[in-house]
Amino acid sequence: MVKLENSILLSIYEKMTRIKMNDERFIAEMSAGRITMPYYSARGQECIPASISVLLNSDDYLVTIYRGIHDMLAKGVPAKLIWAELAGRETGACKGKGGPMHITHPATGCMLTTGIVGAGLPIATGLALSSKMRGDQRVTVTNFGDGASNIGAFHESLNLASVWKLPVIFVCQNNRYAEHTNFAKGTACDSVASRASSYNMPGVQVDGNDPQAVYAAAKAAIERARGGDGPTLIEAMTFRFNGHTMGDAGGYIPEEEYKTAKENDPYPIFRAFLEEASVATAEALNELDEAISLELEEAVRFAYDSPLVDASDVLKDVFA
Amino acid sequence: MPKNENIISAVNRALSYALENDKDVFLMGEDIADEEGGGVLKVTHGLSSKYGADRVLSTPISEMAFTGAGVGAAIAGMKPVVEIMLMNFTAVCMDQITNHAAKIRYMSGGQTSVPMVIRTMTGSGFQTGGQHSDFLEAWFCHTPGLKVVMPSNAKDAYGLLLSAINDPDPVIYIEHTASYWNEGEAAEDGELIPIGKANIVKEGNDITLIGYSRSMMEISMVASKLQGEGISCEVIDLRTVSPIDYDTVVKSVKKTGRALIAHEAVKSFGVGAEVSATIQERAFKYLKAPVARVASKDTPVPFAKNLETEFTYALSDIENAVLSCMNYVESDK
Repeated sequence: MVKLENSILLSIYEKMTRIKMNDERFIAEMSAGRITMPYYSARGQECIPASISVLLNSDDYLVTIYRGIHDMLAKGVPAKLIWAELAGRETGACKGKGGPMHITHPATGCMLTTGIVGAGLPIATGLALSSKMRGDQRVTVTNFGDGASNIGAFHESLNLASVWKLPVIFVCQNNRYAEHTNFAKGTACDSVASRASSYNMPGVQVDGNDPQAVYAAAKAAIERARGGDGPTLIEAMTFRFNGHTMGDAGGYIPEEEYKTAKENDPYPIFRAFLEEASVATAEALNELDEAISLELEEAVRFAYDSPLVDASDVLKDVFA
Repeated sequence: MPKNENIISAVNRALSYALENDKDVFLMGEDIADEEGGGVLKVTHGLSSKYGADRVLSTPISEMAFTGAGVGAAIAGMKPVVEIMLMNFTAVCMDQITNHAAKIRYMSGGQTSVPMVIRTMTGSGFQTGGQHSDFLEAWFCHTPGLKVVMPSNAKDAYGLLLSAINDPDPVIYIEHTASYWNEGEAAEDGELIPIGKANIVKEGNDITLIGYSRSMMEISMVASKLQGEGISCEVIDLRTVSPIDYDTVVKSVKKTGRALIAHEAVKSFGVGAEVSATIQERAFKYLKAPVARVASKDTPVPFAKNLETEFTYALSDIENAVLSCMNYVESDK
């Protein structure tokens, strides 16, 4: 495969770093008892949205799920708005009404984050329908896990999107566990990508830990969508390192599988690749890391320094 | 514009007006385009021919997907009017309606909204059994973020539907199958009726009869009959069952001192229970009798004709309930 331009590789690295550091910071704050929330870590899955989002415009639509902070950060949702939302502050992305499972930020195209497995796919299909009707050339990317591919909404949405040739890209981040249930135990076929053939659309399985592979698959899908040729299903194989939710030690994951996955942690591998391929020096990458660390530090401070949501807001925004 | 029309014509005209005047409006539903027949009861007949099959979209049978697609398009600023052929089928897409359409404005802190209408129809009396005839409005009324509109005549059907389409929030718009062919005065082109405002159909002094959708037919008939017997009924059509126009209802009950609410939905946990409770909270000292509820029996809708008739109320049930209110004597002082 042709190596991507250095600027693209560095942009992917920057996004992966922000996601990874942000995750570590969340966990530290929760462990210290300074914030409480349901948190679904996407540590290990950084490469997928980082590699796709470098191809997207800010007005392209994103629909994601409760395990989706990585998708939001990659698309450009400012970290400080996410932090303030998690801390339940009035400066949060959704003024404290959404929380980590329901972040919306239209300015960067993040239109919906849902806590219901598979429910984002029909909504993404509708966003893409609006783009087709208006001819606005936007594409919609919707992320979900392997578990979602077993619910009806997945199948109905792929069918509808294909019948109507909608500019939507279905991205399955296959981390091999639907909550606590192993992929093979809950899914009747070998791959999610193979399901695309039932809906007459391309189904591509890629190594979700390989930025160049994810980028190539996303590029083809985005070109197809913008060209009016309809949807694509991408299955990006990955692994989540922190269990289903905070506090889940992942006892249902065989030790060998866990060990192999850790050895293939995409983040240090990609960083080493950048150095070996002379994309950047260790010093340059350290500088980038430091800048992101400071940005996150500011985000945390912004959240804690912001006022709590006013209790009188409880009835606001039920209706217009 | 016709002088009189039925509800099918009124809904069709309202949809046509909206499609004509607002490029963001589009329709989605099973078999609604003319190539598929223009809707099972021809409610959308002619619209795809006039406005294009790209704005009047016949969908696959997949309520969850196309209702969700309506939510997505609405977030993007379109105004989808989604038709769920029969109300029982809304059960298939309740996640999209109650978890998403209803809550997106709130959960996003007001950044995105769902200006979508879900049109559906239902009603017993056609021997369609337990899965094609239920009134499920209470499901939706119990979900903050949804408005629920249930017209009883052609003029209201027209004006309420246009208001629903213009509403910035999701509206469940429920048509009654048995009332579809009732002729009545036609609305003017573009005439609006506000959501959340009840209609005092007839003024009276002795008892307030409250209904919506089909029950307006029966309570109006009972009111006319009792008028001849010297009982003066005030008749209120709620038009919107969420939010309910309690100011109009309570003001009326304070005047008459008695109230009855009638609906075709089953009795338990229904709109009638809510109306009754609120009247008693807001007008207790004015009441001369407990608020009466007339509703269908707590059972799935049966198939056999005589059982189906038995399932819902009869005219005489309403009349007897009114007479009980009028003759109420507190028995356990």
